[in-house]
Amino acid sequence: MSGKKRLIDENGLRVDGRRWNELRPLKIEVGILSNVDGSARIIQGKTHILVGVYGPRESFAKHVSLPDRSVVRCRYRMAPFSVEERKSPAPSRREIELSKVIREALEPAILVEEFPRTIIDIFIEVLEADGGTRCASITAASVALADAGIPMKDLVAACAVGKADGKLIVDLSDMEDKYGEADVPVAIMPNKNIITLLQMDGTLTSDEFNALLQLAMKGCKRIHEVQRKALKDGFGEIKNLVLEE
Amino acid sequence: MMITPLPVNRDLILGSLSKGVRSDGRRLDEYRPIKFEFNVISKANGSASVRIGDTYVLVGVKAEIGKPFPDTPDEGVLIVNSEFVPLASPQFEAGPPDENSIELARVIDRGLRHGGAVDFKDLCIIPNEKVWILWVDIYVLDHGGDLFDATALASIAALMVTKIPVVVVEGSQIVVREEKRPLKIVDYPVSVTINKIGNYLLLDPTLEELELVEARLTMFTNSKGEICAVQKGLPGAFTYDEVMKSVELAKSKGRELRSILLESFNNWDKNVRGALNGV
Amino acid sequence: MGEKVRSRSIVFPGDLIAEGSFRAGAYTYTEGNKIFSSVFGLCEIKNRVVNIIPLQGFYIPRVGDNVIGVIIDNSPTSWQVDINSPYIAVLQFSDALSKPVDVAREDIRRYLKSGDVILAEVIAFDKLRSPLLSIKGKDLGKLENGTLITFSPVKVPRLIGRRGSMINMIKKELSCKIIMGRNGRIWISSTDPQIVNLVRKIISLVEEESHLPGLTDKVKSLIVKERGNIDR
Repeated sequence: MSGKKRLIDENGLRVDGRRWNELRPLKIEVGILSNVDGSARIIQGKTHILVGVYGPRESFAKHVSLPDRSVVRCRYRMAPFSVEERKSPAPSRREIELSKVIREALEPAILVEEFPRTIIDIFIEVLEADGGTRCASITAASVALADAGIPMKDLVAACAVGKADGKLIVDLSDMEDKYGEADVPVAIMPNKNIITLLQMDGTLTSDEFNALLQLAMKGCKRIHEVQRKALKDGFGEIKNLVLEE
Repeated sequence: MMITPLPVNRDLILGSLSKGVRSDGRRLDEYRPIKFEFNVISKANGSASVRIGDTYVLVGVKAEIGKPFPDTPDEGVLIVNSEFVPLASPQFEAGPPDENSIELARVIDRGLRHGGAVDFKDLCIIPNEKVWILWVDIYVLDHGGDLFDATALASIAALMVTKIPVVVVEGSQIVVREEKRPLKIVDYPVSVTINKIGNYLLLDPTLEELELVEARLTMFTNSKGEICAVQKGLPGAFTYDEVMKSVELAKSKGRELRSILLESFNNWDKNVRGALNGV
Repeated sequence: MGEKVRSRSIVFPGDLIAEGSFRAGAYTYTEGNKIFSSVFGLCEIKNRVVNIIPLQGFYIPRVGDNVIGVIIDNSPTSWQVDINSPYIAVLQFSDALSKPVDVAREDIRRYLKSGDVILAEVIAFDKLRSPLLSIKGKDLGKLENGTLITFSPVKVPRLIGRRGSMINMIKKELSCKIIMGRNGRIWISSTDPQIVNLVRKIISLVEEESHLPGLTDKVKSLIVKERGNIDR
C-alpha cells in the first residue's frame, strides 16, 4: 500500500465508476420556493444545493445601494449536516471566500445597470456536499436569477476539472477533489465563451492547464443544456404559443 | 421584490372565521397536507424533511462522541440548533440565529427531551467520560405559516431514522465499528400550535393569516396523551378557557399528527427494507 | 444576417435573436448589430422590431399604468407605497388630497394608513427616482371591503385578454366588481371566501396555462362549474 488512495482503476474508471470525461447525473429544478423571487435546486451526484434569489429590490439601508446600478450580494453557506464532520453554523473563511467568487462569477452576466438603486440577493444553502459545490452553486444560482426574471447577458454554467492519478478528469467528486493532484473550477458564459470563474488548486504543466480549460468549457456547455431544459420544464409544457395584446 | 407584511385581507380572513371556515376553505382545526421525506441527506446520521402546505423544513442529525454533562454522567447529549435561512422568507435576515430561531430550537429541545423521545442511557459509552452527542440541526427552507409543528415532526422523524456506529469498549479504548444501529426511540412527541385571531383558535395558519395572529400556544404531547412542553408566544394573551380548549386540541390533533408520522415512516420503511424486514 | 430564431419561440438569456437592421425592443440587448435576449421568454419579431415577452419577472412601472398599491408608511409629505415592484412608490399628499394638510396638526393616517389598499396611477418614473403615484382621477383612490390577490405581473396581459376579452368575461360571469392593476394585483369587491377562492383558481389556471390556446373558454367553463357550488 502506498498509503495514497487510488482514484482511477486499471480499466480507467473512477471511484464512482465514471469515465474520465463523464459528468455526474445532474438534475436542476426551478421555482421550488414560495417566498423568494426566483429559486432553483441542483442535485449533482450527491451534492444537493438550494438557491433563492430576492430582487431586484430597493433597500431600506441606503448605504448599500448605488445610484447607477444594482448591487449583487451573495451568501454561500453549508448546512451543519452537509459534510462528514458536523460543521459549525458560524461562517467559515472558506464560505466567505466562496460567496465572493460565486458572486463575481455571476455578476459579469447580470445587466446590473438596468436597475439602479436596487439590490439583488443570492442565498445559497448547501444541504449536502460531495464535491463541486461552488460550481453547482453557480450553475443553480444562474437558473434562479433567470427564474426571477432578472435580465442577463447570458446564463453562467460552471464545471470543475482536474487531475487524478496523472489523468485529466471532468466534474470532480469529493474524493477526487481532496486526493487528486489538481482541481480547476471554471465558470463560463456559454454563448459568449467568456470565463467568469477560474481557480486552481494543485500543480499542472501549462499544456495540462490548457487541455483542462478546454475540457472545462466543454463540460460547461453540457451543463448549459441542462440549465435551459430546467427553465423550460419549470414552466410546464410550452406549445402552440399564443401571444396577445 | 418588497413583500409588505401587512394584514391587507383582514376582512376576508375575519369574515371567513366568523362562518367557521378559513379563507382557503379549511376548517379552523385543519392542517394543510403533510408530506414526509426520510433520509434525504446521506452525510447525516439521520434526516427528514416535512412539508405542510408551503412550509418546508429539513432536519439533519449528526452524532459524535463527546463528554457527558456532569449531572447526567451516564446519558447521551441532545443539542438542538435552528437556522432560519434567508431564502425561506424575506423577513429572515442573514446572520447568527435571532431570538425567534433560538426560541424554536429550545422549544423543540424541550418537547423531544420531556416527551421522552430518545433513550439517553442507551447513548452512554463510558459513564462520566464518553457518550454520544446528537446534534439536531433544523433548517427552515420555506416559511409557509406554522414553523413549530412542521419542525417538531421533522425532528422526531429524523431521530427515528438516525443510525449511529456500533462502538465496543476494549479496556479504556473505544473501537468504532463500520456497522450502524438505530437509536432507541421510546416515544413520539409531536407539537400542536394553537393560533389566536380575535376569539378564534386555529391551527396551521397561512402566512396571510399569521399576520393577524395575536398569540400562539405550542403544546407537545406524547403518545400517552401527556403534555410534555408548552410555549406561549407573540404579544397577545389567552383566557383560561382558551388554554383548556387548546389542551384538548393539542391532545386530539397530536394523536392525528402522530399517526400520520408513523404511517409515513412505516410506508417508507417498508419500501426501504422490503416486505421481509418490514415493521 | 437576419432572424436567428423564429418568432414566438422560446428563448433564454444570451440567445442571439437577430442580426442586421432590426430594432432592439424590450428585454433585449445589443452587441454591434446583433440583438440578444436578456431573459427567459418568448421572442416576438414584428416589423423588424425584436421584443422578448418574459415568462418570469416583475413589474417595472410605466407612466399611465393603473396599479394597486399597499401603503407601507408615511413621511411628512408623502406615503410610501408597495406596488409589487423593485421600486417603492411615493404618493405625495398633494397628489391624494384636495386641500393642503398640516401634518403637525392633523393625523395623516385619517386619510391613509399602513395596510390600506389604493388604486393609483403612475405619473412619473425614471428608475433614478422613486415612481410617483396619484389617486386624483376617476375611480382612483382607496379600495375597501374587498380582497387583494397578488400574482405574477408578467401574466397581466393574458388575464386581461385580447381587448379585455378575458377580464370582461370574468367580470360578467362573477357578480362582483374586479379591478386589475398592471402590477400583478387584482382587487375583488368581495370578502366571501368561496368567491375569492374561485378567483384564485381562475388566476392559477391563467398562470399555468397562459401560453395555451382556448384559455378563455376553459376559464368560462371553470366559472360555470364552480359557480353552482357557491351558496348564495
